[in-house]
Amino acid sequence: MLFFESIRLALNTIRAQKLKSFFTLLGVCIGVMFLIAVVSIVEGMGRYMEQDLIGKLIGINSFELRHRPNINMGDVDPSVWESYRRRPRLYRDDVAPVIEALPDGTKWAIVSDNNLPVSSRYSSGPRNAQVSAVDGDFFAIRKFVIAEGRDFTPQELAMGTPVVIVGPEVVKRLFPGLSPVGRELKMGGLPYTIVGVLETQGSAFGLSFDNQVFAPWASPVHRLLNRVPTIVDAVIVQVPTAAQMTEAQERVRQVMRVRHKLRPGQPDNFSLQTSESALAFWNKLKRYLVLAGIALPAIGLVVGAIVIMNIMLVAVAERTREIGIRKALGARRADILSQFLVEAATLSTVGAAVGIALGVGLAKLISVVSPLPATVAPWSIVVGVALGAGVGIISGVYPASRASRLDPIAALRQE
Amino acid sequence: MSDSTHVEAPLSTTAERQAVTSQAGVTPSRDWVIVTRGIKREYDMGGEIVRALRGVDIAIRRNEYVAIMGPSGSGKSTLMNIVGCLDTPTAGEYWLNGSLVSAMKDDELARIRNKEIGFVFQTFNLLPRATALHNVELPLVYAGMSAKQRKETAAHALDRVQLTSRMHHKPNELSGGQRQRVAIARALVNNPSILLADEPTGNLDSTTSFEIMKVFEQLADQGQTVIMVTHEADIAAHARRVVALHDGQVSSDTRREHFVQENSHLIEAKKG
Ligand SMILES: Nc1ncnc2c1ncn2[C@@H]1O[C@H](COP(=O)(O)OP(=O)(O)O)[C@@H](O)[C@H]1O
Ligand SMILES: [Mg+2]
Repeated sequence: MLFFESIRLALNTIRAQKLKSFFTLLGVCIGVMFLIAVVSIVEGMGRYMEQDLIGKLIGINSFELRHRPNINMGDVDPSVWESYRRRPRLYRDDVAPVIEALPDGTKWAIVSDNNLPVSSRYSSGPRNAQVSAVDGDFFAIRKFVIAEGRDFTPQELAMGTPVVIVGPEVVKRLFPGLSPVGRELKMGGLPYTIVGVLETQGSAFGLSFDNQVFAPWASPVHRLLNRVPTIVDAVIVQVPTAAQMTEAQERVRQVMRVRHKLRPGQPDNFSLQTSESALAFWNKLKRYLVLAGIALPAIGLVVGAIVIMNIMLVAVAERTREIGIRKALGARRADILSQFLVEAATLSTVGAAVGIALGVGLAKLISVVSPLPATVAPWSIVVGVALGAGVGIISGVYPASRASRLDPIAALRQE
Repeated sequence: MSDSTHVEAPLSTTAERQAVTSQAGVTPSRDWVIVTRGIKREYDMGGEIVRALRGVDIAIRRNEYVAIMGPSGSGKSTLMNIVGCLDTPTAGEYWLNGSLVSAMKDDELARIRNKEIGFVFQTFNLLPRATALHNVELPLVYAGMSAKQRKETAAHALDRVQLTSRMHHKPNELSGGQRQRVAIARALVNNPSILLADEPTGNLDSTTSFEIMKVFEQLADQGQTVIMVTHEADIAAHARRVVALHDGQVSSDTRREHFVQENSHLIEAKKG
């Protein structure tokens, strides 16, 4: 009863002093807004990383045999890098034994890639693109869809025919306004015929997945990708079910250990990279983002709490006489205390509510202007409201207890 | 002011004083709404001790209408604040309806203020942003009454002071006399055992003062115990008993008839 009374009083105060209230609530508002927005971005990025990006880079139920992991922004230990650098590379000769060891029904692919200048008759000069030489079921494993034209034929892959499949960005840059299938592009001075165009893959962190050119591994382009032409950057393996992952990895490991003549007890000098191991990097990044997601709102909330405390102290001073009147009429300390606590909590909860609205708006804006599908987590709204009320109560304690301890006569005597 | 202390007021008789004092150690009779013994109130003003009350003994029966008279600074307000449980004495004992108030803690005092005491101030002390009705409701809020019952009770109290028509007005939309009547309604709303008024007409013109005095007189006629502080003899003359304070001590305690007789020159002068 007194509770609703106090809420009504607080709302009246806000209505009566809009500008002052706005500044009072700014801190809490910004804090909660950041909380909602950062959590949304982290959640959105997480979903994106886990479902899209990593899937595109590695594929589901698959792993990559590489001489060293290619997605490991997390591990920056120089000694680890040094050991990676000394590792032997994978060669074309390693591929057949590895494939032979795989369980039935397993798909495989090999890939080598590099950034190369690519040119065509229809553009002013060469443009850099990510060029990959592939063999096996590369597009199927990576879930790359051919939007126009066709996949490589087994013959083209076997014979190394100079044909290519390109991403839409390459089409845009080298064949502006033209239908590219059947036309030629040049890499290393040699012509390649375009047989297919990929569906767009989007981009992440400014990295376009559409500026890519794929050719059969056996085609001449593989000579341009590594210093030793027979080097293979990765063998990609996809097993039919997740249950077979360990088994397949173990078989590949044994084959490679024999081929690299490793004695028992010596560590592997190659990497078996899964989407989980790539996600480890994301999880590390996520920790920093979550930290930012805590730090930014925390600063806002602390500032908000200080402002609210000051405003409440001013309110107590301004309303000393009112407090005296209430005490004279029978208000106990607890009544005055709760009145001001509820008032502070109401103030800051209103701030939090505004912050939630702005945060949701900001998340939506981010999802529109960036590829991040920022999604608002319901729990972050609950936490936002709770934080709002909590900050209010905490910052209200001191002013409210001061109010509750006022001497009624001294309070009544105030002008 | 009369210096005569040999007046025939009921409480000035040795027998009656004895009656009060003899019971002081135990529980004074329920007939006495207020009994104080040796009340002192001292203020420490940075080393200098201000003695506002220097040992006040008064006893007030149910249904009495008492005026407390005295020049400015004589300790009237200090005494009222102690009687009204807004302040506690530095020494002495105070019984309200037989319970020793001077030994009570903060929250108990708040409860007494809420249930037993109706206070009317010189400066009205209404909440400026609340309507008359809401102001009158306040004591009921702290008594824990439901909203519906509160409204009814408060409306009834406003009716007793003939302010039903101004129920939804805010203090700044009311005249001084109307504000004081709202304050009286608020003081009455919890059916207190005593109605205390500290110079209730001090901020009002003489016509309005007269109206307000009429309200107090009516309440007293209806059986309400009233204690009123004033420094004006003509206002004091409305009460049925007049206690004079001088320099923090009771200097006289008389019936109205005697007081009027003694102070006729003052009262007549004011009327003329
Ligand atoms: N809070 C206080 N601090 C110091 N002195 C006070 C305080 N309140 C009252 N006094 C002093 O006590 C004396 C009596 O004051 P008061 O009871 O207000 O007198 P009255 O109401 O009769 O004018 C005065 O001398 C006054 O200055
Ligand atoms: Mg006074």
